[in-house]
Amino acid sequence: MTLNILVPAALAYVIFLFTIASLAERRAEALRASGRQARFLRSPLVYTLSLSVYCTAWTFYGAVGYAARSGLEFMTIYLGPTLVFVGWWWLLRKLVRIGKAQRVTSIADLISSRYGKSNAVGVIVTVLAVIATTPYIALQLQSIALSFGAFTAGETLAPQQLAMWVAVGLALFTILFGTRNLDANEQHHGVVTAIAVEAVVKLVALLAVGIWVVWGLAEGPADMLAQIAQAERPEWAIDPARWMGLTFLAGVAILTLPRMFQVMVVENADESHLAVASWAFPLYLMAMSLFVLPIAAAGLTLLPEGANPDLFVLTLPHALGQNGLAMLAFLGGFSAATSMVIIAAIALATMVSNHIVVPMWLASRQRAADRGLAPARDASDMRGLVLNARRLSIGVILGLGYLYFAISGGSRALAAIGLISFAGMAQVLPALIGALYWRGASRIGAAAGLAVGALAWLYTLFLPSFGPGVILGAELMAEGPLGIGWLRPHALFGVEGLDPLLHALFWSLALNATAFITGSLLSFPSPVERVQSAQFVNVYDLGPGDESPGARGWSREAAENEAEDLLAMSQRILGAAEAQSFFEAQTRAQGKAGFLPDPTPDFLDKLERELAGSVGAATAHAMIAQIVGGRLVTVDDLMAVASETAQIMEHSAQLEAKSEELARTARQLREANELLQKLSVQKDSFLSQISHELRTPMTSIRAFSEILMDDEVTGDEIIRYARIIHDESIRLTRLLDDLLDLSVLENGQVNLDIQQATLGDLIDRALMASNSVLPHRQFTLRRQSADEEIALSTDIGRLTQVFINVISNARKYCDAAAPELRIAVRQRGGKVVVDFIDNGSGIPKKSQMLIFEKFARLTDTHQAGGAGLGLAICREIMHNLGGDIAYLPGQGGAAFRVSFPARLEARARAAE
Amino acid sequence: MKPPRAPLFLQRETYRRRRIMDAARILPVVGFVLILLPVLWTRGRGVSTAAEAVYLFLLWLVLVLAAAALSRPLRAALRRDAEAAERRTSPAPDEGAP
Repeated sequence: MTLNILVPAALAYVIFLFTIASLAERRAEALRASGRQARFLRSPLVYTLSLSVYCTAWTFYGAVGYAARSGLEFMTIYLGPTLVFVGWWWLLRKLVRIGKAQRVTSIADLISSRYGKSNAVGVIVTVLAVIATTPYIALQLQSIALSFGAFTAGETLAPQQLAMWVAVGLALFTILFGTRNLDANEQHHGVVTAIAVEAVVKLVALLAVGIWVVWGLAEGPADMLAQIAQAERPEWAIDPARWMGLTFLAGVAILTLPRMFQVMVVENADESHLAVASWAFPLYLMAMSLFVLPIAAAGLTLLPEGANPDLFVLTLPHALGQNGLAMLAFLGGFSAATSMVIIAAIALATMVSNHIVVPMWLASRQRAADRGLAPARDASDMRGLVLNARRLSIGVILGLGYLYFAISGGSRALAAIGLISFAGMAQVLPALIGALYWRGASRIGAAAGLAVGALAWLYTLFLPSFGPGVILGAELMAEGPLGIGWLRPHALFGVEGLDPLLHALFWSLALNATAFITGSLLSFPSPVERVQSAQFVNVYDLGPGDESPGARGWSREAAENEAEDLLAMSQRILGAAEAQSFFEAQTRAQGKAGFLPDPTPDFLDKLERELAGSVGAATAHAMIAQIVGGRLVTVDDLMAVASETAQIMEHSAQLEAKSEELARTARQLREANELLQKLSVQKDSFLSQISHELRTPMTSIRAFSEILMDDEVTGDEIIRYARIIHDESIRLTRLLDDLLDLSVLENGQVNLDIQQATLGDLIDRALMASNSVLPHRQFTLRRQSADEEIALSTDIGRLTQVFINVISNARKYCDAAAPELRIAVRQRGGKVVVDFIDNGSGIPKKSQMLIFEKFARLTDTHQAGGAGLGLAICREIMHNLGGDIAYLPGQGGAAFRVSFPARLEARARAAE
Repeated sequence: MKPPRAPLFLQRETYRRRRIMDAARILPVVGFVLILLPVLWTRGRGVSTAAEAVYLFLLWLVLVLAAAALSRPLRAALRRDAEAAERRTSPAPDEGAP
């Protein structure tokens, strides 16, 4: 076989791919036009097959080489993903759900979107992905060049030139089908279908070679097992650390590799396809691995010593004259390489254009607008810009891959490059897991973790992989930078003797996770981050249709913007027809006709999501922000508004409290006023009474003294009249004494005469003294003498005066037929409480407040013989003794409670 | 005569579905442990690479079959989940009725 056959075969295969892709694209378009779903193109089968992009030329050729060198270890690369898929309910389900809910366009977009739509984080992931994937693309180019070389041992062949043409062809294909449209969901029917077909081709090719080896060369499985046992080498023994580490690494890689994310999440049409892929994809991987060991064993046995084990799949049938099979194997390897390159280029180009090119362009235009050089909303074709950015990126990425291949010379084993790439992308793992499961994961933490992990990976694995002396000097590798031993790339912090890959994996992920967690714990997330973290971590609570309106903070103020600008911009990104139909649908949903909906926050949210499907969340946010410009209210502003509102609410609560207080004060004032008015009335009536009181004795005194001045008065009469005059003047004196007493008490000028006595004696004395009042009334007394054994130290005279007054009142006013007076004594703490309760009709409620006021008298009965000052004096006395006297309602008669301290304290006296 | 007692736990199906989800979560853990098993086998006791390969491929097959067995009920659960979410966002008109 010569190049004359190989090149046309490869070209024919490429044309076949083009045809498949364009047919699928056309079919999808036709179906979409008729409003139907592309059922087959988006079936679980196609989804599962497209996942096989995981199996690259590294699998097709490299796995056999790997098996020939290290035995079963190659299986870890496929067992890891098997575990991830079998356990899809844990992680993949959530990942795909979030990817669809947030319209994620790439792994960088997912991370950036979760961490507050931070473009910086997106840029880190993008750069990391480009650095990690470039060698992998180079690996594919190398494998194609090698496979050509294997057939043309005798001919002179320039592998670099060949690789270049392959790269150009692939770039062309990818640009043609990968950047055909700026699909809202970033899905590529043509490419995915082509990938699915390629998956079948490579599987069939590998199985064909395998079956030929097992049943053609050997005599069935049993014989094959014997041959494997014979070919066994000591290096085939499983290294436990590598076995575990590589299984883990491969499991991580299937989640984080850009191309895997592209087919698994971005191109996913229906979540339930995962359920099928959960077993079908592991089955595919198993089928791909099944014959690897037999082919390796056969190659080791049958091919001459020194043959490149990476090419056994190809050279084994070729050397044994099976040219047809060899051609099939060649096409299988070719398809494995091309499918990887195409998807990786699309995924990387999406990331590069969304996170680097477009933001830079937006920023430069913003700067120009700020300087007044260009209008902020000019009419340049965004759609064209994004597509061109993507095309350019594809070219650059494939160019980088080719460059890497050309410079490195492509001499090293395939497996090593693949694993280095895996370890690089594994740095996304902490940020990814944090994004899905940890609300507290923050942008600072993610950026720090990614940066630290990427640097550690570069230093310990990627840069040394070029070999000592290429980038890192041999001296540095052996002695460490500046002779610092514990910084040696392969023995970081003194960890020696570990396999370089595991060493790098351990340190990069450990440092990465530490930086991520520390950064997250120490930083405080922005409002957008917190909103996004809730949307990611609690994605199941939101449901697929739940758009959580307003969460992203497009305010109603922004809604004043003309919808026209938005439509113009959307047309540039989504395409005229798509954008118009979207706007029309939204307008209808708002109950209007035409193409221009009211730009409600809800609408802006939906539009942003729609745009995010094409250009990524961060860019879409930035672009809408640019259009709605100054009137855009960020979530920060909303937070500020919310806190202001909270303040206002607090103020109004305070005002309410104050107005309540005012109302209470007003009520108190009103009550006081009423009391004053009543007192004023009382005072007026008393003044008329007191003048009457004073006048009556004065009148008698004047009348009788006039009679005495008459000469016709007998001696008896003189004595009688003089007595009357005497009595009346005594009454006057008493009245004046009372008034004087009261005034002294009120002014606090009284001198207290502290004495010792027992309460019982005191009451006895008071009872005796008051017997003179209406002596004909017989009172029944009820007392508990035992209770009255309380030693007092107070002004006994004054206290007795109070008691006499209260008891006399009872005698005077108790209107019961069989009057009765109960005297109850209690002691509470240092206070003595004495209740005087009679069985009369008591004092009416309306008068209870007045009886202690001066000049108050309930009846006009002259018999009372007082001026209504008694109780007022009592109260003043009790206040002076540090106690009180009060009317006790509801006792079945008039009841007065006198309370006072048993010992009058110095402090209380000092207050006088 | 007593009326027939209602079952203590309603919705046997829901319960079963939850246990299937549990199984789906446990499966990868079991798989990982079993994949690590060959590491513990000592060489020279007749356990050759060929025997290990046979073990691993059988294990692989078992994992695939187990995942396939679980995938159908899980897929149904996924669909029910989506429907429930849809109902939640657009409540049915008869939902308010007593």
